[in-house]
Amino acid sequence: MEKFTVHTGSAVPLRHSNVDTDQIIPAVYLKRVARTGFEDGLFAAWRANDPAFVLNKPEFAEGSILIADTDFGTGSSREHAVWALQDYGFKAVLAPRFGDIFRGNALKGGLLAVVLPYEVIERLWEAVEADPATQVTVDLQAREVRAGDIVQQFELDDYTRWRLMEGLDDIALTLRHTDDVDAFEKQRHAWLPVTQ
Amino acid sequence: MARTMAEKVWEEHVVRRADGEPDLLYIDLHLVHEVTSPQAFEGLRLAGRPVRRPDLTIATEDHNVPTENILGPIADKVSRTQIDTLRKNASDFGVRLFPMGDLDQGIVHVVGPQLGLTQPGMTVVCGDSHTSTHGAFGALAFGIGTSQVEHVLATQTLPMPPFKTMAVTVDGSLPEGVTAKDIILAVIAEIGTGGGQGYVIEYRGQAVRELSMEARMTICNMSIEAGARAGMIAPDETTFDYVQGRPHAPRGADWDAAVEHWKSLRTDEGAAFDKEVVLDAAELSPFVTWGTNPGQGAQLDSAVPAPEDFADPAEHAAAEKALAYMDLDAGTRLRDIEVDTVFLGSCTNGRIEDLRAAAEVIKGRKVADGVRMLVVPGSMRVKEQANAEGLGEVFTAAGAEWREAGCSMCLGMNPDQLQPGERSASTSNRNFEGRQGKGGRTHLVSPLVAAATAVRGTLSSPADL
Ligand code: SF4
Repeated sequence: MEKFTVHTGSAVPLRHSNVDTDQIIPAVYLKRVARTGFEDGLFAAWRANDPAFVLNKPEFAEGSILIADTDFGTGSSREHAVWALQDYGFKAVLAPRFGDIFRGNALKGGLLAVVLPYEVIERLWEAVEADPATQVTVDLQAREVRAGDIVQQFELDDYTRWRLMEGLDDIALTLRHTDDVDAFEKQRHAWLPVTQ
Repeated sequence: MARTMAEKVWEEHVVRRADGEPDLLYIDLHLVHEVTSPQAFEGLRLAGRPVRRPDLTIATEDHNVPTENILGPIADKVSRTQIDTLRKNASDFGVRLFPMGDLDQGIVHVVGPQLGLTQPGMTVVCGDSHTSTHGAFGALAFGIGTSQVEHVLATQTLPMPPFKTMAVTVDGSLPEGVTAKDIILAVIAEIGTGGGQGYVIEYRGQAVRELSMEARMTICNMSIEAGARAGMIAPDETTFDYVQGRPHAPRGADWDAAVEHWKSLRTDEGAAFDKEVVLDAAELSPFVTWGTNPGQGAQLDSAVPAPEDFADPAEHAAAEKALAYMDLDAGTRLRDIEVDTVFLGSCTNGRIEDLRAAAEVIKGRKVADGVRMLVVPGSMRVKEQANAEGLGEVFTAAGAEWREAGCSMCLGMNPDQLQPGERSASTSNRNFEGRQGKGGRTHLVSPLVAAATAVRGTLSSPADL
């Protein structure tokens, strides 16, 4: 996993609350078995049918930070939603609130999902809409988002921050504790079911 | 200290706890299906890692499977690849799989409980948000993403961030004709699609205690639609009766020990929840959705709301968008909405009791002209049972299509899809834009409402017949 410390780039304002993962990537794209190349599925319905959709505007086509609305990424657990955003080129998503599973998936996969107060999101939208070239910085080191005169701290637990900054894979981290898992397994209830 | 059921089950599964780190939880059962697993198995292969506990893992084919001609090759090439990939992964990694045609095949959340693999007090995960279904047994069941699937395959554990607890209490008894689906749609409309965020919900109260196991699964299934991390119901005699005797249930002395333990899992008297919501069962009536998220629902007796009815600007905007997508005018009586399709099935309402309830309504009647009704059992066992009870014949005699088991039109990954502009009454759990097919419009309903709607061609309850 790529390390994440500080990222600066242009941003895409998505003024649409309750964007569920079916909208982020429709189910037909879930049939693939590869791990990459999901960018074409990102917001596929909106990109195909709605000329006014923000990613269809040339001035926003290149952004790497998505400024989303409340309850972004609700619904299905499909991690493809995170992959589609990453494959398209997004490094961070900012929103007042996220679907839990989506946020977990994002932070696991190195897509920084940052919760910001609604007022700050609104100011960011305004700044970016006024000037699409506005550079937004997501600073994980300082736990801060900056754009022009907007400076906002955000919360992220130390552990996740450390893991993202080191680019560490969760599985490798857990495998360091195999002894604990072995010990736990010895005291599980005897009646618990097995599948084979 | 008095603790909630969720806290007790969590505590029992902590493998490792360290300051500033999420708890590492042991996973008792890992359910796998073809859509969210290929990249996880690929990850294991690339890292040269085995599946740590194939004996705590089970796989089924459900999301992509056709519900007709299931013994022939799948026509859609991409779907076929995904199914073939799961078969290869299961065989390479030693995971037991229920393929199409197997009597134990079906929707992952129907299969686990039906085999007795889902039991109280367990931790259950699946790369699928409706894993919350299994919480109906008093299990702590989470939907996870694909990299977590890989994590569980490799380690049988998951690091999990802490959760908050919410009690949703439904007091009193449900009126006649009101079902579990109506309860949960009303709960979601009440707390909103984000209202459960970060919470594990425990459903309690007389109306919940009086529900069958299958009805409890319907409720827990849709916890995720309220944004919750999981939903749970305390195990009681109803739970024990349901589990006992199933293929993977404990037997003999093990059974007694298990029941003893399960009883200890209930929330202690006086335990505090972080949030409490109370509903009065007597005030509930058949509930349907009019919008494009499961929180946009209303009593069938009412009318399509106007965006102005919502004070919150975000809800106002969402209602406006939803009405445009759904092609509905504010003020239209919900009972006047015509549908082209009725879908009875899914992990929410594709169990035997759901089919029985719908069959009872439709028996001796006909599906309305111009309406297509698809009845898709949640599993092949459900189908077998339904046929044994003559329900399949009831559906076909009424003019409905009686299909093979799978997710089907719940998400339209197989050929069962709505055409653009078509409108369905669906017993599934999501009415998102395009969920059942590009441009399709979905009204979420209970099996009783689905059956009555099929007969009348407009959203209806059995009382309208
Ligand atoms: S029936 Fe629908 S909600 Fe349930 S697992 Fe299948 S696709 Fe998901």
